[in-house]
Order: sequence, then C-alpha cells, then structure tokens
Amino acid sequence: MSLISVLARAEAMATGRATPLATARHRHLSDRPLVFVPLTTAGEVGAPLGALVGTDRDEPRLLAVPQPRDRDLRFAFLAELAQVVLPYLESYADDTETEPATRNREKSEVCADAPQIVVANTSAVEYVRLLGRSTRFRRTAEDDPDEPHPVPARVPLLGRWLTHYGERARTPGSALLLSATELLTRHWATGQSNLEDQHLGALLAWVEPPEGMTGIEAARRAESHRGPDGLLVFPPAGPATDPVFDNTVLAPAAARYDAGITGAGEEIARLLAGQMRPTWDAVWRSMDLLRELPEGAHVADRWKRDRWSYTSHRDRVRAGEPPQPRRDDAVSAAQKLAGRETAQVRLEAQEALDDPLVMAGRRLAGEAFAGRVDRVEMAMSEGKVPKPRPLVTVLTQDRPHLDEDAKLYRALPDGRTQQARFVEWAGSGAVLLRVVNGMGRGKVPDPGTVPEEGDEVCWTLFEHAPRGGAGLPEPEDTPWTHGGPPGAAAATVTADTPTAPVAVTESPDLATTEDYL
Amino acid sequence: MSPVSDAARAAGTATERILHDTLHGTHRGVVVDSPPGAGKSTLVVRAAQELVAAGESLMVVAQTNAQVDDLVDRLATADPGLPIGRLHGSDSPPDPVLDRHEAVLKSAKAADLAGAKVVIATAAKWAFVKDVEPWRHAIVDEAYQMRSDALLQVAGLFERALFVGDPGQLDPFSVVGAEQWAGLSYDPSASAVVTLLAHNPGLPQHRLPVSWRLPASAAPLVSDAFYPYTPFRSGTGHGDRRLSFGVPGDGSGPDRVVDEAAASGWGLLELPARRTPRTDPEAVRAIALVVRRLLDRGGVAVSERGTAPVGPDRIAVGTAHRDQAAAVRAALADLGVTGVTVDTANRLQGREFDVTVVLHPLSGRPDATAFHLETGRLCVLASRHRHACIVVCRAGVSELLDEHPSTEPVQLGVTVKFPDGWEANHAVLAHLSEHRVTWRP
Repeated sequence: MSLISVLARAEAMATGRATPLATARHRHLSDRPLVFVPLTTAGEVGAPLGALVGTDRDEPRLLAVPQPRDRDLRFAFLAELAQVVLPYLESYADDTETEPATRNREKSEVCADAPQIVVANTSAVEYVRLLGRSTRFRRTAEDDPDEPHPVPARVPLLGRWLTHYGERARTPGSALLLSATELLTRHWATGQSNLEDQHLGALLAWVEPPEGMTGIEAARRAESHRGPDGLLVFPPAGPATDPVFDNTVLAPAAARYDAGITGAGEEIARLLAGQMRPTWDAVWRSMDLLRELPEGAHVADRWKRDRWSYTSHRDRVRAGEPPQPRRDDAVSAAQKLAGRETAQVRLEAQEALDDPLVMAGRRLAGEAFAGRVDRVEMAMSEGKVPKPRPLVTVLTQDRPHLDEDAKLYRALPDGRTQQARFVEWAGSGAVLLRVVNGMGRGKVPDPGTVPEEGDEVCWTLFEHAPRGGAGLPEPEDTPWTHGGPPGAAAATVTADTPTAPVAVTESPDLATTEDYL
Repeated sequence: MSPVSDAARAAGTATERILHDTLHGTHRGVVVDSPPGAGKSTLVVRAAQELVAAGESLMVVAQTNAQVDDLVDRLATADPGLPIGRLHGSDSPPDPVLDRHEAVLKSAKAADLAGAKVVIATAAKWAFVKDVEPWRHAIVDEAYQMRSDALLQVAGLFERALFVGDPGQLDPFSVVGAEQWAGLSYDPSASAVVTLLAHNPGLPQHRLPVSWRLPASAAPLVSDAFYPYTPFRSGTGHGDRRLSFGVPGDGSGPDRVVDEAAASGWGLLELPARRTPRTDPEAVRAIALVVRRLLDRGGVAVSERGTAPVGPDRIAVGTAHRDQAAAVRAALADLGVTGVTVDTANRLQGREFDVTVVLHPLSGRPDATAFHLETGRLCVLASRHRHACIVVCRAGVSELLDEHPSTEPVQLGVTVKFPDGWEANHAVLAHLSEHRVTWRP
C-alpha cells in the first residue's frame, strides 16, 4: 500500500468517513450500463439461484431458479439470461465508425460505443467467468442433433460473451465489465481493511454515512443489522447468500416447491428479489457517486481500447470461430500477460497525469517531482549537427529517487511527452536536468517547448506511454522449451474434426458421474 | 587432504561434468543450479571458451545490461583475442569499460555482429532479433530470474542451451496478476527453468557444490535455510578469513555489533520494538552509523586473496524497498560517507562485497506480506558478503512471523518451493539471535 493511501485510510478512520483518493473519475461509465446482480446456491458450484439484470434501475428483470439442483431449470435460467443480456450486447454491434489506416494497421471498423456490464463485487466478476466457462462449450440441439443434453439456443453464445467480458476485466483500466466495489475503492479510501471493502454495503456506508453516523458505525450496521425477521437488512452483495436466509427462509420455501405446493415458485422469486434488491440499488448508487466526478482525460483513450476489444470479439463470433479454449496456449498466455503489464503501466501513468491527487501520491513515493523553474541555461549537444539541449534547474520540495542519468518525462500542453535526463542535485531541493527532445527540429527550440523561469513544472520518473516489448512467435512456432506447437497432442482427441491450422476446436465438456447425481 | 583442496576438487569435478554434457551431451538443454558465489560467471566464461574452441559460435542471454557488460568484460579479459559481439539497445549503450577490449564489437543490430564468435545481449534485446539462422548453442545466464515468457521469445534463436542460475534468489515477478495460468507448465510468469524442466523433464541437471564467496561462518546457515535439499559448502575454512580493525570499539551499539560480526561473521543490531513507516528513521540512522564506524575504524580483511583494507567500495547496504535505499543514501550523505553501494535486494543480485549491512525486510512492520516473506529476498540480502553481514532490525520480528503464517493459496500443479519464506525467516532469525546486540539509539 502506498504511503498516500495509508494516510488516506488513517484520515478516514479519524474523520469517520471515506477519504477521496482521486479528483477525477478514472473509469469509463456507460450512459446505458447493464447491471447484473447474481446469486448462487450454497454448496453447489455454478448453480445460479437467481439474478436481477437490466438497464433500467427502476425495473430490473428478476430471474429466479426455484430448485437450483434441477438442471433443466438451471438452463432455463441461463436461456432467460441470454434473452436479456445478448440483445443488449448485440445492440452496439452495428453502430460503427471507420478508423483510418496507420503504419501497423489497415483501415478498419470499430464500434462507436460498447456495452458495459456492472456487477457488485469481484466475486461477481468471478461468477461471470464461471457462468461463461460452464456454458460456452455446451451444445444446442441445432449444433448437434445427437447431443444427449442439449441446451437452449443462444446459451453457448452467452457463455462466449461472458467469457470475453470476464477475461477483458483482467486488463488493468478496462471497463467492459466493472464491479462497484472496485470502482469505489479506486476513488475512496475507507477506514477498514481491503477485505472488508469487498462488502458493498459497508463500503458505501463509509463513502456516504447516514446523517449522525460515522462510517464505522454505518458499516457495522450494514454488515450485521438484522430486522425482526432475523434477516440482514442489507444482505451480502452476492453471489453468496446469507446462511440465515438459506436456512430459515429459502430451505422451507424450496421444500414447499418440491412438494408441489401452488405458488411456492413465485414465493421463492419474491424472497430472492428481496435479497438482491438492496444490492441492485447499491450498484446504481455507486455509479451515481462516480458520475459526480469529472471524467479523467485519458479515460476515453482506454475506453477506445475496450471498444476495440468488443469489436474484435464481435468479429470472431460473426466469423463462426469456435469458443475460447479452456486454457490458453503458451503464446496466448504470454501475449495476454504482456498486454496486461503494458496496460498496468499505462494506467498508472495516465491516472497520475489526469489527477493531481494521484500525482501527489507518486511524488510522495519519489516517482515524480513538481516545482518552479529557477534557471534555464541554453546549451547545445555535441556532434556534427548540434541540437538544443537546455539545462533547467527546478526547485522542488519533493524528494524524488533520482539515479544517475535518470530519464525524466513531462507532459507538454499539446499532449506530447518531453524527455529529459537528470544531471545532478544543484544544491538542496534543486534538480538540474537536461531537456533532450520535444523541441522541434531547428537549432532554436520551438516556442513553448522549453520551460521558462518561474514556470510550474511536474516531471515524472516513469514513462507516460510505455511501449510493448518485442513480439512473440506464432503459436505454430512455439519452441521446444515450451512444449512445441499446441494441438500436437490435442489433435488426437479431435482427430475426426477438420483441424483448423491455429485454433484447435475443442470437444464439449465430458459428462462426469457428478452430472447424474 | 585439507578441506579446502577437497572443495576445489569437488567443484572441479562438477564443472567437468557440466562441460562434458554441454559439449558432447545428446540433450538439447543442460541446467546448472548455482548457489551464491559458486563460480557461476566463471563457469559461463569457461563454457563459452570451450564451445568456441570446439569450433562453435554461440549466443549468450543475460537478464540485465549490467550483467551483459560484466560477462563481456570477463570473457574479453579471459580471452583477449576472441571476437565478442555486444548487442545492445539503441538507447542503452554499453558500459564504457568495454572500450578497453579491442576484440569486442558493439552494435544495436545483430547483422553487424556476424563476425563475432560469441554474441551477448539481454533477453529483452534478443527478443527483437528476427529472421536469423538459429545459433547451434546458447548460454542462458541467471535463468531462474528469467521469466518463462522471455524464454518463449528467444528460444527460437538457438538449438540447444546451457541454462545457469541460482534457484534461491528472487523469483521473477509480474506487475499484474497471473493466477489464471498458475499450474500450467508454460505459466508465462513462472521462471524459465520451471517451464523448461516441465516440458523437458529428462534434461541433465547439475549443481555447483562450493560457494567461494560465503565464508565458513555463513555457508552452513545459507545452505540450511535456503537450499535444504541441495546443500553446498564454503570453499574456505574457519580462520581462512579474518576481519580486524585498527581502532578499538568505543562500546556503543554500532561498535559492538561491528565487533560481533567481525568475530563471528554475523551481527544483529536490535532496536526496540516499534511499528514504523517503511523508512524507519532510527533504523536508517543506525545503518548509517554502522557503516560510518566500519570505515572510521579502519577495517582490514584477510582472505585467501590477500590482505586489503575494507573501503567504501567493499561495503554494501541492502534493503527491501527503493525508498528505504534512498533514505539510507541520504543518511550516509549526512554522515559524509560516499562510495558505499546502497540498493534493494533485486539490484544486489549477483553482486559481492566484504561486509554487508542489511535492513531486515520485516523490521518495524505491522504485518508480514508475501513480498516481505519471499525467500529469495532474504537469501539475496544474507549472501552478498565475503566476511560479515550485519542485520539491523526492530525487536519483535519473531512474534510477527508467528502472527502471520503463509496464507498464499495453494495452486494445483505448481511445484511447492521449499523452504517457504516463513520458515527461512525463522531459521535466519534464530541464528542471528545468537549474535544479537541490543541498542537504544
């Protein structure tokens, strides 16, 4: 934990309410997000109990599974979920804009906007992945007439989209699939632990405690206050349920359903709605709070990458490609990791540039410094064609960790990044640096590109736009150290299917004894 | 037979076997585990020379520019006529030290180095080399610090390779989570050697059995605590190395711990228990004082290499975090000390000094996180010295450890690394407590 967030937490504890960690909103929020609040069955992995889902905060669509162990009901639930989610996801597919050709890319089409799914917490993000994993390899009757357990149409497609969203959520700074707890903890620090912050109700209580209560009191109430019926007033945000609800309310209702009592199914749906509605409202409330912050300047840039991600998955679906494989091959895994590492560095840099409070944290950590320009001395580089290399002295109260010849970066007003090299400490609190680029091509620097005496400047020790590393080999060129090309072993399993050169079509999940409990 | 020449013979036999497998073996890879200071660089230089003598040309992969420059320097010194290519990034020119070797060619393009018998570069730079005829041989240095995905990028450039590294040092890391690939043989965030051996379990694995760096006082502890199943020993015996001072101690805490470390090889300067910020001002000041006294008292180191004064260049301070290193540098500057290396464990890997002063990674902390418990971090910090290691620490770390057992989730398919950091920390602490000097600054 960085020093500034420790400070913010201590301050939250002292003042009794959450402390802002940001002065800008660092995540994109869609005008029409789809909120998804799932509940799962205790003791049965991947058996949904119910969900609230939709884009209208006043009228969520309620999906309920009266007997989660009944697999027909489970797939009916998933079919119903697909009916809500897929039209929403597909509604963004045809509104496109044209992206001009660049050095590395031909002219291409990208969706003008992308659908955004918002859930309550990171467990719900994990649950989206689980639903994706459990459905994308299923076969419908149309896929295979001999399939012994066909699933309703469109369920496998839902699985592919949920998988894509779940996977994209692992990219730092992405916003296709967001969780309310992550949104709030990015922008506020509470006086409780990271683990306690996973309780959406408690977290919201810290951010806006009710009148006359401190955050810690409000959070405790959100966590444990029970009504006269013994149920939590603010049930857990899911997907796990409150055990007291399971034992005292749900179990008897399920027993009535199993006994075939009329109206028992509707009763379960009503009970589940009562458990999910507070979470549903809290997710929307979280977004309201976030919308009060102005959007960070680089958020649109990151959202564009999300739009690319959405567009490319749309294309894969349209091209009839198979579902995402169960496991990444060596090259895909390395590619994803490299992409995410670049995204992480980019995100940290962009958040600091967009937000003085975040930059203050980096300054406190010795990774940046701000100050007033005290002296500028024009100097030229050596060589055949001397270029301007002005020496700038910056007076700062920050204490950056400057190594010898360290690279420094600052954002120019036009958005470009200028680089400098650290020369030496010219006395206490005075950094002498040499500006090395961003001054145009002439012998005299372009106007406005060299800091002037009295200017307030902020230099960072971190890059603003990190480059990705070198490329990876093609999967079919996977070297011997990594097991050789993928599919060499898997091909035997699918020997009867025409093997695509790269992506080996995976067989459906095998039925196991557990499937017939 | 004296124990020292016995050690030399054991090390010699191991080296011969490694070279035999490299030059004449049938496997595509050979893996060598090397404990701290066991002559890994010497082995790399020797293997490169023998491969060239056998008429081969080869590529060498190291992990950092400093490591590459160091290897080029050693190889060119050992074999001044050998044409060596130093492949470097366009904005990271090689160390000017290499200018003294005439046979070293330097370029940012692999094609310019076609005449070199040995081409050396970082893994990151090799990853950009494309469309070349693969080398018949490669040597991969610091292979345990190389990530699996980095090996994936460069493995297409060679047919067979000698992988050399220290399994006890810091594992490679990633700035983002990589749990989704945990347990896969080619987990991109794992070490290159783990992936290599998972896919090629039959590769010959060797071990260098003798540490020439660590003194007889340190090798048993480091071996037991960090290499319990692959023990090694010191190349020197008790009494072969001595550290003495011209100026007697003044009885202060720093002087007493310096004397204890000079006599026994280890010293623990224990400050009163307290929870502190990372850059604990008292601990930082204590480190600076210890270093100042080491210099002021005119240390002299006697070893198999001869007798030499312990100057600032022979002393290092190791910390866990960069801000701690920066704070120590500032404190040293306040005391007028210059020329002492102060760095984090990551950056001290592969370095060697006479005396090291270490800020214990858990000193003053309220919790023991996986980062601070990492076995490799403590191992690096406790194995950089030829004579003595002085640890500065707040009291109470033992209790802290007991309150924070390792809680990392167990991932299926991931080889459990022994010992875990918790156990290694306890082992080191138990040993250090025998050399404790308590001091209230």
